[in-house]
Amino acid sequence: MSAITTLVVGIISAALVNNVVLSQFLGICPFLGVSRKTSTAVGMGTAVICVITVSSCITYFINVYILGEKYSYLRTIVFILIIAGLVQSVEIILKKKMPSLYKSLGVYLPLITTNCSVLGVAIDSANNGYSFAETMIYSVGTAIGFLIAIVIMSGIRENIEDNDIPEAFKGMPIVLVTAGLMAIAFVGFSGTM
Amino acid sequence: MKTALERLYNGIIKENPTLVLMLGMCPTLAVTTSAINGLGMGLSTCFVLMLSNLIISLLRKFIPDSVRMPAYIVVIASFVTIVELLMQAYVRSLYSSLGLYIPLIVVNCIIMGRAESYASKNPPVASFFDGLGMGLGFTLALTIIGAIRELLGAGTLFGFDIMPDSFEPISIMIMAPGAFFVLAVLTALQNKLGAPSATNKEKGEESCAGNCSGCSASCSFRTEGGDGK
Repeated sequence: MSAITTLVVGIISAALVNNVVLSQFLGICPFLGVSRKTSTAVGMGTAVICVITVSSCITYFINVYILGEKYSYLRTIVFILIIAGLVQSVEIILKKKMPSLYKSLGVYLPLITTNCSVLGVAIDSANNGYSFAETMIYSVGTAIGFLIAIVIMSGIRENIEDNDIPEAFKGMPIVLVTAGLMAIAFVGFSGTM
Repeated sequence: MKTALERLYNGIIKENPTLVLMLGMCPTLAVTTSAINGLGMGLSTCFVLMLSNLIISLLRKFIPDSVRMPAYIVVIASFVTIVELLMQAYVRSLYSSLGLYIPLIVVNCIIMGRAESYASKNPPVASFFDGLGMGLGFTLALTIIGAIRELLGAGTLFGFDIMPDSFEPISIMIMAPGAFFVLAVLTALQNKLGAPSATNKEKGEESCAGNCSGCSASCSFRTEGGDGK
């Protein structure tokens, strides 16, 4: 029972209270760049969930069994190479084995290498010395948080597209204002206001 | 010498990475809670950008085209590790307040973007100054955003108390939402004054760098600006 409680609390705290985009500012580029339509936002969010889960699983074992404490200064360089390699191989495998899934997710995959939330989660859990279970809960929760944020954002952007907003605020500024208002709502989850 | 000055001007004013190209948004929003944090982040990124541009430019004839991305990543990540270790040793307080965002300099789109679009095609000295210019432009933008947020959110500037006592700090400005609002107002001002920015200007394909997500971001902003007109 307590294991389930830990799981639920862990996921909620990673997804909502410490939302990766709106309170930690990781993955802002895709959040602003690929959120014009709900369908693409869902695709990007799903692809991020897959990549974060697999990459933090691999980096956990590399960190514990190969790098250890002695070579901890190599974390950044090793992790980013693993993530870049992983994304490339996922892309190749999907292209060959699951063409339909590749069609819907494929275009987002190369963009994920430079999504800082992937590297951020891997480095953060290594620095905090999480156990394997904690790493997985933290990474899945974070990825769900990214999906939630980008889908809400795309829904709002679809609705404000035709609105009568001041000329100077058209385009990027209004998107940033929207993100700011969303961030206020998410600050409410942590209750520090 | 002329190229050097031209590259500096280009990086700081004409193609300012943050305010004009809108690249590297994550550190821009995350670490600008105070002017000093913005300055520290900007200078560390500047250091990495200069040296990685220099090395990549020196190696540009030896790196095979098919593996250039991983090669660039290795060069950039090495310099980021150097910066991380140096900061850990000499500027402990800044290191702990920037925290996770120092290793994340690796995935800053500006660095990868300059490596791909400039350093891989140009001689070392010009690339070095291109990196310096871009780095200083980034530092300038981060310091400005940090100063505005610190002034409104805490009533101080670089840690000095300068606002009158009657000023009530707007604490939301140094929290997460404040970052979005300050950047929104700055870009809106740029639009209003007709200054060039990714949101209102047709850009050349030069700044689009490979598979960088910042590129996709700036590309979609560009079409958006076109729609607005």
